[in-house]
Amino acid sequence: MPVEPVQIKKRPGKVRGTFLVNGEAHDVTYAPHKTLLEVLREELALTGTKHGCELGECGTCTILIEGEPILSCLALAQAYQDVPMETVEGMAQESNLHPLQAAFVEMGAAQCGYCTPGVLLAAKALLAESAAPTRQDIKDALAGNLCRCTGYIKIYEAIELAAARMRGDEAEPAREAFYGY
Amino acid sequence: MGTEHLATPTADSYAVIGKPLPKVDAAAKCLGRTKFADDIVLPRMLHAKILRSPHPHARITAIDTSRAEALDGVKVVITGADLPNSFGILPVSQDEHALEGDHVRFIGDPVVAVAAIDEDTAVEALDLVSVTYQELDVIASIDDAVAKPEPQLHDYADDGNLHKLVHLEFGEVDRALEQADHLQEDLFFYEGNTHLPMEQHATVAEYGGNGRLTVWSSSQTPHYVHRALEKVLELPRARIRVVAMPNGGGFGGKSDPFAHEIVVAKLAMLTGRPVKICLTREEVFYCHRGRHPVLMKVRTGVKADGSITGMDFESYLDGGAYGSYGVASTYYTGALQTVTYEVPAYRFKGARAFTNKPPCGPKRGHGTPQPRFAVEVTLDKIAERLSIDPAQLRLQQLQPADSVTANWLKIGSMGLGACIAKVTEGSDWSNRFRKLPYGRGLGLACSSYITGAGLPIYWNAMPHSGVQLKCDRGGGVTVFCGSTDIGQGSDSILAYIVAEILGVDPMEMAVVTADTDLTPVDLGSYSSRVTLMTGQAAIQAAERIRARLLGPVAEKLDVPAERLEFSGSRVFDQTDPERGVTFGEAVALAEAAGGTVGSVGSYTPPRSPGRYRGAGVGPSPAYSYSACVAEVEVDPDSGIVVVPRVWIGHDIGRSINSSLVMGQVEGGVYMGLGEALMEEMAYRPNRNVVHKWPSMLEYKSPTMHEMCDVTTYLIEDPDANGPFGAKEAGQGPLLPVMPAVANAIYDAVGVRIDEVPMSPPKVHKAIKDKARGKAPRFGPSSVPSVPWPEVTYVPPPWEGGDGKAHPRPGLETRGEGG
Repeated sequence: MPVEPVQIKKRPGKVRGTFLVNGEAHDVTYAPHKTLLEVLREELALTGTKHGCELGECGTCTILIEGEPILSCLALAQAYQDVPMETVEGMAQESNLHPLQAAFVEMGAAQCGYCTPGVLLAAKALLAESAAPTRQDIKDALAGNLCRCTGYIKIYEAIELAAARMRGDEAEPAREAFYGY
Repeated sequence: MGTEHLATPTADSYAVIGKPLPKVDAAAKCLGRTKFADDIVLPRMLHAKILRSPHPHARITAIDTSRAEALDGVKVVITGADLPNSFGILPVSQDEHALEGDHVRFIGDPVVAVAAIDEDTAVEALDLVSVTYQELDVIASIDDAVAKPEPQLHDYADDGNLHKLVHLEFGEVDRALEQADHLQEDLFFYEGNTHLPMEQHATVAEYGGNGRLTVWSSSQTPHYVHRALEKVLELPRARIRVVAMPNGGGFGGKSDPFAHEIVVAKLAMLTGRPVKICLTREEVFYCHRGRHPVLMKVRTGVKADGSITGMDFESYLDGGAYGSYGVASTYYTGALQTVTYEVPAYRFKGARAFTNKPPCGPKRGHGTPQPRFAVEVTLDKIAERLSIDPAQLRLQQLQPADSVTANWLKIGSMGLGACIAKVTEGSDWSNRFRKLPYGRGLGLACSSYITGAGLPIYWNAMPHSGVQLKCDRGGGVTVFCGSTDIGQGSDSILAYIVAEILGVDPMEMAVVTADTDLTPVDLGSYSSRVTLMTGQAAIQAAERIRARLLGPVAEKLDVPAERLEFSGSRVFDQTDPERGVTFGEAVALAEAAGGTVGSVGSYTPPRSPGRYRGAGVGPSPAYSYSACVAEVEVDPDSGIVVVPRVWIGHDIGRSINSSLVMGQVEGGVYMGLGEALMEEMAYRPNRNVVHKWPSMLEYKSPTMHEMCDVTTYLIEDPDANGPFGAKEAGQGPLLPVMPAVANAIYDAVGVRIDEVPMSPPKVHKAIKDKARGKAPRFGPSSVPSVPWPEVTYVPPPWEGGDGKAHPRPGLETRGEGG
């Protein structure tokens, strides 16, 4: 029986570019309308970057471009080729947690953990600018990152603990943070 | 993790229980390695999209999918005809279809689904589907539902568009109110709001060549998804595997089986390929199942000393378009009024309306924040009226520990008095309440919540929770349990409890949860049941492992079994700790002696004394208690309320992990603050009930700028029914926040905001009305007239009742015996 030749339509044209993520260069072929969030998650399988609205409203997809936090859901991927960027996967050094990550683990600052990657990166950008941020500084820097689990308290405490340790202080959590008053 | 230096305040003998250890999954979450449902990618995976109704109420007269099917890249298009069986979370309201075939009931109701090679193609295909609707009269509110029995949303409703009508009385309430020195009557309205989990719901399904279906989903209740899939797909449950992925926040919003979960399963079966769906944020708003808007009327009789003689409570719930948990929600708006203060006689009438809006369901606190708001504000008004301090008014009539309430709820440990003492001391209540300058105020409120529902959602005599343990020769222990970690730390609780009993390190344990192929059933992460129920099941399973190990180790060491201690990953002689074996050696000895080392444990809640129809909602193995003082700053010119600080005391029974409890309390205060000040799931009634804010920008929730400081006090009053005495923390601490803020606003500016949220326009209007000499209040002024059913009268325990319904004294016994 003769076999019908299969008609395969080609998908619309894609573009090609290099993304510099966590110190590694990735050559990617992707649809030109894709956001940076989509390229990271779907082309590079870096699913540590999350999404909560894909409209720039919740801060969950925060990543760092040359150290500055941006919302990757609103960033057109094409505009960020050849620019060094960092995602949550780039924070730990080999098997060692970044001090922020370690403090988040210790304080219980990640409950469901879904906003955590974005919060960690926004906090990293803050600590790069200010080694000893006040609580108001933290609020000003991270007010764009919504968290529905923690009430933000453990996040403040973890950032303050990490900042102190990164300054070289032998800081320990306040007893009240774990047991109440 | 640097916590060894911290001494536990209680239970010093425990190695793990009470310690602020990190969660077992914390590092993975902070590394971005935790796989949520949308992070799953499978080879040849297709993407699904759902076309939803643009009309609030309509008949579907025709669907044409031919153009969508012809689009290159589209694999299959399905409609309601492909999924005709109904489903729903409660057996009494199986009223949803994965795709509605002929009747859509809200903007967002699912109608057509497409599977395509990518998401863009699926979206494009939806544009090519043509659905013809015949619009129906819209039921937009409770008043509408009362006024318009037709067109009916569902033909199984109790009366027209009134889904459920409840009428219960415990003791003679009219007589109790007549005996009062003061009768306080108030009306309240609590607007609906939604969970807003950060993670959008996502599901992936795969149908294997062996005829088995696997579904990975962001669900809090994989067991109920399992049952719904069986029913709708007509596939035996033995051929279905449901895996609940870690939830990126749940709060009750992922507790129903959802249309999209069934749709992708069907698409996977039809295409033979994996299919994923990830809802948009707008669709998450349409899934809803959030807080019911509730209108309430409460009449409370009190003696001159403030003691309650009786309470008459009416709830009117706007249920939205489907049943969901609504019958339970309706009962919950009347169930827990009695567990905080002594209420000698109590009547509850509840009505839930069907309306053409996204379905309401269980949100953190399920059905209790609304009546709790009403009760706590009404008590504040009574205290003001009788010139009694609000803290004193409550303290003088606390429901006693180890008692039974008017509606036959059995109370165990009761730490509310200690909670009130802590928050009033911390806030300097006696020196500051009614003494702060105009614009600043303090308010007090209390609450209680169940630690797990006493009855399962579908009637059965099986345990509510099961745990299985497997011990490895190398000393590793694996815990298997059907519970679902939604961020509250339920995986970690299993590890801590088993580790405590077996004397091993919780970080050396493996925890496998929420997988119907691998784990014994746990009913799910709802009703604050998980720590208590999985904890008790874990204790039983772990003790059975200990029993297995004792004999062989005792024989090996030549030590009496009762002298053996499990600690530090060793089993040793208490009197001579050097004499011992490692935990792994102990397992190996037991395995050599008796075969593979494993065990099971399970838990069923104690039977409640209530025996009347409706007694299934409210009973719990244990009740948590909370007290809260809120401080507010009110700007009288704008009505803007700022809450700088909240003091909260929570009776946890016993912390399994105090750090996790702190996180739950702080998170509960946060969510309560959002409900108090800003969150509202509102619609435009004059614009076809279009959802007012289906986005995270417009649906206001607290950012770091709005969140208050929180001073938390944990009260440890162990409950006999809790594992190590533990009670719940996930929901209770939310409840007192809203009424505490309302009472603080009154202290600050002298106006009553009898409505939630207490948003600036309402506060501003009440302040202006007060200045003009009008009633200094914002709130509802009437309730609808509802055809209540005949009362179910239940004599309370102190009138010699037996927990069953009886004819009310003085009433003709109509139909009795005949």
